Amino acid sequence: MHEMSLAGAIVDTVLKHADDRKVTLITLRVGGMRQVVLDSLEFYFDFTARDTCCEGAKLELIQVSTRLKCRACSEEWEPEIPFFRCPKCESADVEIIAGEEFEVDSIEVDEKEAACTAPK
Amino acid sequence: MHRTKVRIVEDALDANNTIARANRDDFDRSGVSVVNLMSAPGAGKTTLLEATLRDMEGVRVGVLEGDVQGSADADRIAAMHIPVVQLNTDGGFGGECHLDANMVRSAIPALPLEDIDLLIIENVGNLVCPAEFKVGENVRAMVCSVTEGEEKPLKYPLMFRACELVVINKIDLLEHLDYDLDRLLHNIDAVHPDVPRILVSAKTGEGVEQWRDWLTQVAAGAPAPA
Repeated sequence: MHEMSLAGAIVDTVLKHADDRKVTLITLRVGGMRQVVLDSLEFYFDFTARDTCCEGAKLELIQVSTRLKCRACSEEWEPEIPFFRCPKCESADVEIIAGEEFEVDSIEVDEKEAACTAPK
Repeated sequence: MHRTKVRIVEDALDANNTIARANRDDFDRSGVSVVNLMSAPGAGKTTLLEATLRDMEGVRVGVLEGDVQGSADADRIAAMHIPVVQLNTDGGFGGECHLDANMVRSAIPALPLEDIDLLIIENVGNLVCPAEFKVGENVRAMVCSVTEGEEKPLKYPLMFRACELVVINKIDLLEHLDYDLDRLLHNIDAVHPDVPRILVSAKTGEGVEQWRDWLTQVAAGAPAPA
């Protein structure tokens, strides 16, 4: 249900870099902690991208697994359930080293396609 | 015509975070500490504030109310003669389910920042989006009530990890419910080990003093009191 706001954030980020060129593909890096549903993201993206350079662009998701590291004993692991205590030394001092990403990794744009207008 | 790949590698929430930092700077300049208070709908945030803010002893509090629609919650706070500003999020498609930094920014001119020490931002009831959008707060607290399931922390780990405090509300109802409080605490511990938690009943006032002390420490500028 948060996918609508996230779709808006994607469109805003891409428009900053698109320079009025038509965007055909947007590649996202999304961490496991983000609980993003691709179908839902695509649905809202189609709405928010309307009348911008992003209209009609495909979304591609690179899923990043959640990976944790214990600051006490340096153990690293990928939790299957959300469990944030070190399985080795039981320390609670655990750092998320991957899994919180919500990044626009890259875009593909058509050069020379009739320019479209990015809304302010 | 040819197609070019452009590498970006940018957090899509950067724009929000930049505005959140600007909000934070404004709050800092006025010497106001800010709590972002989050929960599922109906966990009792407003009732808890009513029970808390009657007696804050020397801490001048202001409230920013976030709701999809209406001013019912702000009216309850205003009735206590506490400065309150209502933000409605229903401008979007179906209504935004959280406050973002820009909405809070739009409310800053209406807030009496020079006359308060502590601003409590009561976010829209939701356990997903508010965890992702910083609004310029110093600390985040969430209210989790015992009429919700014990598995909430496992279902919404991002929210439970985003908080510096978990307030467990409605404990007066425990005797009427088949609720396993130990299981909730165990699940909180799995998701966010060592996060401070306070058991309260906004209705009877039990535990409210402890929550008030926590807020008082935040207002005094203490970093995330334990």
